Amino acid sequence: MTAVEAPAEAPPVVRREPRRWQGPAAFAAVALLALVVAPLLLEPFRLGLLAKYLCYAIVALGIGLAWGQGGMLTLGQGVFFGLGGYAMGMYLKLHDAGGDLPDFMVWSGVEKLPALWTPFGNPVFALAMAVVVPVVVALLLGALVFRQRVRGAYFAILTQALAAALVILLVGQQGLTGGTNGLTNFFDFFGQDLAADETQRGLYLTVAVVLGVLYLGARQLVRSRFGRLLLAVRDGEDRVRFLGYNPATVKTLTFAVSAGMAGIAGALFVPVVGIISPALLGVVPSLELVVGVAVGGRFALAGALLGAVVMGYARTYFSEELPAAWLYLQGALFVLVMTLAPRGIAGLAAGLVRRRREAGT
Amino acid sequence: MEGVLNQLPIGLSIGAVLLLIALGLTFTFGQMGVINMAHGEFIMAGAYTAYLLQGVGFLVALPAAFVVAGLMGLVLERTLIRRFYGRPLDTLLLTWGVSLMLQQLARDLFGAPNVQVVSPAWLRGGLGILPYNRLFIMALAVLSVLAIWAYMHKTGQGRRMRAVMQNRRLAATSGIDTGRVDQRTFFIGSGLAGVAGVALTLIGPVGPTLGTYYIVDAFLVVVAGGLGQLRGAVLAAIGLGLLNSYAEFWSDASLAKVIVFVAIIGFLQIRPQGLFFVRSRALT
Repeated sequence: MTAVEAPAEAPPVVRREPRRWQGPAAFAAVALLALVVAPLLLEPFRLGLLAKYLCYAIVALGIGLAWGQGGMLTLGQGVFFGLGGYAMGMYLKLHDAGGDLPDFMVWSGVEKLPALWTPFGNPVFALAMAVVVPVVVALLLGALVFRQRVRGAYFAILTQALAAALVILLVGQQGLTGGTNGLTNFFDFFGQDLAADETQRGLYLTVAVVLGVLYLGARQLVRSRFGRLLLAVRDGEDRVRFLGYNPATVKTLTFAVSAGMAGIAGALFVPVVGIISPALLGVVPSLELVVGVAVGGRFALAGALLGAVVMGYARTYFSEELPAAWLYLQGALFVLVMTLAPRGIAGLAAGLVRRRREAGT
Repeated sequence: MEGVLNQLPIGLSIGAVLLLIALGLTFTFGQMGVINMAHGEFIMAGAYTAYLLQGVGFLVALPAAFVVAGLMGLVLERTLIRRFYGRPLDTLLLTWGVSLMLQQLARDLFGAPNVQVVSPAWLRGGLGILPYNRLFIMALAVLSVLAIWAYMHKTGQGRRMRAVMQNRRLAATSGIDTGRVDQRTFFIGSGLAGVAGVALTLIGPVGPTLGTYYIVDAFLVVVAGGLGQLRGAVLAAIGLGLLNSYAEFWSDASLAKVIVFVAIIGFLQIRPQGLFFVRSRALT
């Protein structure tokens, strides 16, 4: 067969001598910037935007794990993001309605609260479901697909089809999901007024801390024995199988972790942005998230985060300034990155550092 | 009962369109390992070609759309995709960037709202439950498949194409100019998407995002049919078209896609490589 899955330009796995203080120092600097400097300097509107990008960065972290480390190009992270978001949205809607039916149900003529909604009145249940549902869906899909050695482009196509199917389902079930409009008009978040600057600042800090914790966790995962196995599966799945491991298990677990991250991101996104709708989780937004990761650098977790934030800013800036040009720019940027710098910004930076080091010695 | 029968031409004609689209995808994927997301925009280009040629005659639009879409595919292959052989996942993302730009281009050229192509008079009406336009689409697909089959099995070019698809390196060492074969395959595959676009103007309006509605389903046809398999694509396309229309008929439209997705996953449990595949000793 010709469609060989070559690990595209993956950087060689080398154990270089790390300068032990560098990584933690960089992390501390970024954390200081995110937790102290940004809230002080940015006006509430911009801080809200940053919080939104950080939510996307959480999804990007998951994509970095699944795609960059595991070689599974998932074009359906929007599905998991959406499941998390809807779980949170359902709780907020019920909380705001205070025992009555949520507003959109009244508009679409639903008379009794659907059974699916009832347990989501409990915040603990809703928060748990925001993670559990995406993880379970990913485990199921991963187990069914990877066990049959369906991989590479096939996997990508299937995840994309799932995203397409979910959007149509959500739009169609108007009375249950709010249809095209999705869930919106939230007012109260655990006793705080969602419109207040203070609440938004608190939410921003929450998102930043969650992102930091998840990043550290993902980094630890990558450095662990499991992480090495994951890399090995990416670069030579058959060899790993011959060595007695089951690649399907490794891939399924990683996929589930990335789905869980997307679910958490979705649950955080809803109070930050105030809406979850099918347009935010379909084929195109899912692909855009992957684009961000590719631009930032898929082989480095930090690159994936950076890419999501950079793409978020670029999108906001250009759709404010030059809305018509944005699609051209996004497309062109993507073509350029894939052609000239498949390892993204992180790859370019690493190349620069290496060249300087070689020039220095 | 009549409703059930009415769904039949709808399902079959959707299957026929999917087939025309999927043929190009399955050959470019099977032969070159290229996942072409911009394929959907070739459909759109074919549909707009029919829109522009409305006064000239519908039958002129078919070859014209084939050439327009084919040339677009050829340019894409020569300028970009050529550099990405052996990296299927990267081609997916690359061509998605191209597809975004083409959609915006269509928006700038023809405006964002949908346009309607007036069907020729001889395609209005129908035979009982068989509307002429849907019959025409099915006939178009049948003719295209026959033509492709004849091309692959009765011509020297087709033989070389099959050789490259089965074993690129061996074909190259046997003196086949694989680059030329790739170009031809790309031209034909993209051209067929253009023809599918013309067919779609018979059953709906034309807009810049026309291709996005069909591309995902067409990829599912490739997955279910098996890589680079003509027979597989035919059966999978008909099956998927019928499944789609009957799932919409018996449940509701919003559940249909979920049902189709579950069916595909279930199908892959039995035949993970699709309906047909080339048996080899290589690791799968």
